[in-house]
Amino acid sequence: MGTTASQLGKELLSEYQELTFLTKQEILLAHKRFTELLTREEKDIPNVRVPMERILTLPELKSNPFRKRICYVFSTSEHKDGSLTFEDFLDLLSAFSDSATMEIKSHYAFRIFDFDDDGTLDSDDLQKLVNCLTGETDDTQLTFEEMKQLISNILEESDIDKDGTVNLSEFQHVISRSPDFVSSFKIVL
Amino acid sequence: MSRDNLIISDNDTDVQVDFPAEDQTSQEDNAHENKRRRKADGKERKKRAIKTGRASSIEDTEEHTQKHNRKRNGSKNHKHDKEKDQAKKYQNNKEEEGEIKRKAAKSKKNLKNEQTKKKEQDSEKSGTKKRSKEKKRKDSAEKDTKEKEKAKKKKKVIETSSEPESSEEENEEEEEEEDVVRPETLTPEELEKLKEAVEDRKKLIQGLRGKPWPMKKKLVTLKESQMFVEKYEGALGKGKGRKFYAYKVMMTKKWLKFKRDFENFKTACIPWEMKIKEIESHFGSSVASYFLFLRWMYGINMILFGLTFGLVMVPEALMGHPYGSLPRKTVPRPEEGSAMDFAVLWDFGVSRFLKGYAQYSVLFYGYYNNQRAIGWLKYRLPLSYFLVGVGTVAYSYMVVIRTMARNANEGGIGDDNSFNFSWKTFTSWDYLIGNPETADNKFASITTSFKEAILEEQESRKDDNIHLTRFLRVLANFLVLCCLAGSGYLIYFVVRRSQKFTLDGLENHSWWERNEVNMVMSLLGMFCPMLFDVISSLENYHPRVALQWQLGRIFALFLGNLYTFIIALMDEINVKREEEKIVRYNITMWEASLYNGTLSENSTAPPITVHPADVPRGPCWETMVGQEFVRLIISDTMTTYITLLIGDFFRAVLVRFLNYCWCWDLEAGFPSYSEFDVSGNVLGLIFNQGMIWMGAFYAPCLPALNVLRLHVSMYLQCWAVMCCNVPQERVFKASGSNNFYMAMLLVILFLSTLPAIYTIVSIPPSFDCGPFSGKNRMFDVIQETLESDFPAWFGKVFSYASNPGLVLPFILLMVLAIYYLQSTSKSYKQANMELKKKLQTQNEENKKKNKKAALKAAMDLEEARKAATQAAQLQAKHKPPSQQYENIEWDHEQRRYHRRDVRHQPTRGSRPPHHQEATGHLPGAPAQPRMHRSSNVPKH
Repeated sequence: MGTTASQLGKELLSEYQELTFLTKQEILLAHKRFTELLTREEKDIPNVRVPMERILTLPELKSNPFRKRICYVFSTSEHKDGSLTFEDFLDLLSAFSDSATMEIKSHYAFRIFDFDDDGTLDSDDLQKLVNCLTGETDDTQLTFEEMKQLISNILEESDIDKDGTVNLSEFQHVISRSPDFVSSFKIVL
Repeated sequence: MSRDNLIISDNDTDVQVDFPAEDQTSQEDNAHENKRRRKADGKERKKRAIKTGRASSIEDTEEHTQKHNRKRNGSKNHKHDKEKDQAKKYQNNKEEEGEIKRKAAKSKKNLKNEQTKKKEQDSEKSGTKKRSKEKKRKDSAEKDTKEKEKAKKKKKVIETSSEPESSEEENEEEEEEEDVVRPETLTPEELEKLKEAVEDRKKLIQGLRGKPWPMKKKLVTLKESQMFVEKYEGALGKGKGRKFYAYKVMMTKKWLKFKRDFENFKTACIPWEMKIKEIESHFGSSVASYFLFLRWMYGINMILFGLTFGLVMVPEALMGHPYGSLPRKTVPRPEEGSAMDFAVLWDFGVSRFLKGYAQYSVLFYGYYNNQRAIGWLKYRLPLSYFLVGVGTVAYSYMVVIRTMARNANEGGIGDDNSFNFSWKTFTSWDYLIGNPETADNKFASITTSFKEAILEEQESRKDDNIHLTRFLRVLANFLVLCCLAGSGYLIYFVVRRSQKFTLDGLENHSWWERNEVNMVMSLLGMFCPMLFDVISSLENYHPRVALQWQLGRIFALFLGNLYTFIIALMDEINVKREEEKIVRYNITMWEASLYNGTLSENSTAPPITVHPADVPRGPCWETMVGQEFVRLIISDTMTTYITLLIGDFFRAVLVRFLNYCWCWDLEAGFPSYSEFDVSGNVLGLIFNQGMIWMGAFYAPCLPALNVLRLHVSMYLQCWAVMCCNVPQERVFKASGSNNFYMAMLLVILFLSTLPAIYTIVSIPPSFDCGPFSGKNRMFDVIQETLESDFPAWFGKVFSYASNPGLVLPFILLMVLAIYYLQSTSKSYKQANMELKKKLQTQNEENKKKNKKAALKAAMDLEEARKAATQAAQLQAKHKPPSQQYENIEWDHEQRRYHRRDVRHQPTRGSRPPHHQEATGHLPGAPAQPRMHRSSNVPKH
């Protein structure tokens, strides 16, 4: 694909603009930030993968409780190690950009929340999700009872076909009514 | 492609979610393999075309289509509805292309060839049919394949994993490409079709960014589509009459590029975008919402400033009489000495006796002359002054209401509370948060919101001692009312006192006494909210409710203060008007004495010209009002900045550096760092704007002043937030509050235009200053213009139109229209609710249906499998070892099927694995129920 580490080709840049929700400046900024993550040797390798640990040092992701999930979801690596190429990184930023559609945002949100990658949000996924949201410390964690109540409430609301799990279309149905999903599902470099 | 298939592929969209890495790689592999195979296919076809339609070759193609079909069925399509429609179109196209091909072939190839092709098509069609059947009866399809497999004796491994949906399109592409070679043979209709296909491709290219594919796949598809489009457009452009088309295509390309560049340019032009984004990523969207609001305000004020500056101030400065030519444009003699004094300029003329140059400039109402038309342009200045005053208010109303409507549209759907918990879980995290502290606060606030919601849900709230809480709440409200009344009285008292001071002459008083009013107002605005905060802790409200109360109280306080101030101003206006009467009388006396004096000495000399500075003049209450507002704004701005510096910056510095040598932890303990108070700041901004609206008519410089203030506070507050604030603990959502701010702004706008309109309509303007001097009322300027600048009939029509007989019915009509619209909106809401209910019941029903269907299909499958295994066993018994090999092969394949199903089952959103056992469903349950389900769930 001809991604040289130092400079983006003009053609490629316009293609990236075509394929993402990012503007030219944003793509260039993303490229700059991405190359900053690379070591010196890696800079010459085209299509280099940056391991997840290094991606997570980005301040924009550092305090996000879903940071690992985000990496896993956007990674195209065969080893499922959450490492990102520059294109994966652009995909990530595009999905989290201002102008991305509700559809694509909710799609990726669903995949991020689907911790076991089985295509549905079951009660285990929801539990993990809630634990992520409440933080790791003991004083913010919900008790077992509360968790049970909460999950049953969530399922009651959003599990339209009553199969005990929330699937993508149900998820999108719920999300699309939310007034502030689009404004909060954003990451800006 | 049949509709069923489409739906299934839709369902498969959901499936795609799960194995991203695996699938993608396999897809890529598949894509490559497919390409290779397709090429081989094409060659084969050509060969076949040259040869004749042999039965084996037909079978061969059938085999191929079968395989394709199966692959397609098993494939996981990423694409969305749009894409599917497109695919359908392509399907149609495909058939048509086939016809085209046939026609083209007729001329060159023999009949046998055509027969082959027909057969090919037939086989394809049957394949399509089979495909749809296959979905319903997988077992039969399996048998089919088994037979085929045997007949062909091919040892190809059948791919069970996915294949990109584009395979089909690519197929067509190839077919179409064959046509492109000779575009001349195409009829116009076919050309149209082609164009359509090209358009579809273009649409695909445009919609590509909205697809959740990995970039590699998007790139491949983009390149393919672009190549296709270019090839076709080239071909279409070759013809003689098609130059226009080519031109159009080129222009659209250029236009697209321009649009993209323009978009880039536009985002680069938005001021403070990066600053706000930085804040957003540190503090989350609620703090950023304040800055967005500030920027929005800045925009509005820029426009207001442009209006007043361009239409009032500049014309007067350029074309009106210059400074010093008229009494109203000159600093009076007694003030001349002190006019350039900085303190005087600074105070904008604190008293009637000490006025600086600022008062006698375009900045204030009094400077403007009442000459009807000025300069060589015959610019109607008084008229434009009046219209600009009205226009600023009208424009503000329009903008605020429009923004409110847009916000309501965006967030209007979110008002139903049916997804309370789901929203809390799915959407409460603000992904913009990049600061660990903010994240911690967010964790805490999310936890509390969960706990509250659970508590509310359980409705197990202990309402012990409800009497005490009630009593405390009443007490708190009583205290707040006392505070409000006290602050109101204080302001009134101070304003009255300052009037007395001004009568005494200000030189005799200290700085405090001169600026008492503004200082008291600012101090009240600073300390009362704190007091309210303390009082509200008595009430024991839910934090959100408490916040609303708090906001409401601050609002009431500001409003009360503002209105007391206005009432006091009204008093002052009346005083001034009394004074004006006396001055007027004195002036006639003075003039008479002047003339008397001159007449007695020399009757032939021309009347003595009195220097304008010496002419006695009236108090000009309009300028006084403008001055008051300017002073208010300035002192308000100063207090804001000073509180910012002291309350935030110095506090942060002290906490930071004294922490090294203090007995307790200052950072975590009592003083700590300050939070950024979004609601308070927004309220401040709103009230500031209200004052601008109120005073802008009497002091055209106010919008300019406000632009300056907002500009400075943008930078100052951005810096202060980033440098010395910690994120708030009480995080509330940006989207919910946006319209709340707007609503407050609207209320303030209304309340602040009221007194302005009152003064314009009911108080006669001063006799010797301002653009309306000499008129009975300010709005007389309109009538005057109508009479003198328009033809007579226009004035007549206007007077007819403005008579109550016409105006009243018009108002009535508007009221009726409002009523009608409101009732329709109500009925729409009701219909919405009904539909929602319907949807729910339908979902229930469908669910029941699906269950039944799934059960039945499972039974079918089980039976078929039994039969198949029996047959296999039989065969194994009777067949020689050479054939047993195949059997194994088939078994292997069947197992693959199972595995795939097992793998897919949970991903389809029907059931997690452990549920399957419980409900007694077989792992290989067919896809039928799923496809129903996917159609159930409404898409948005």
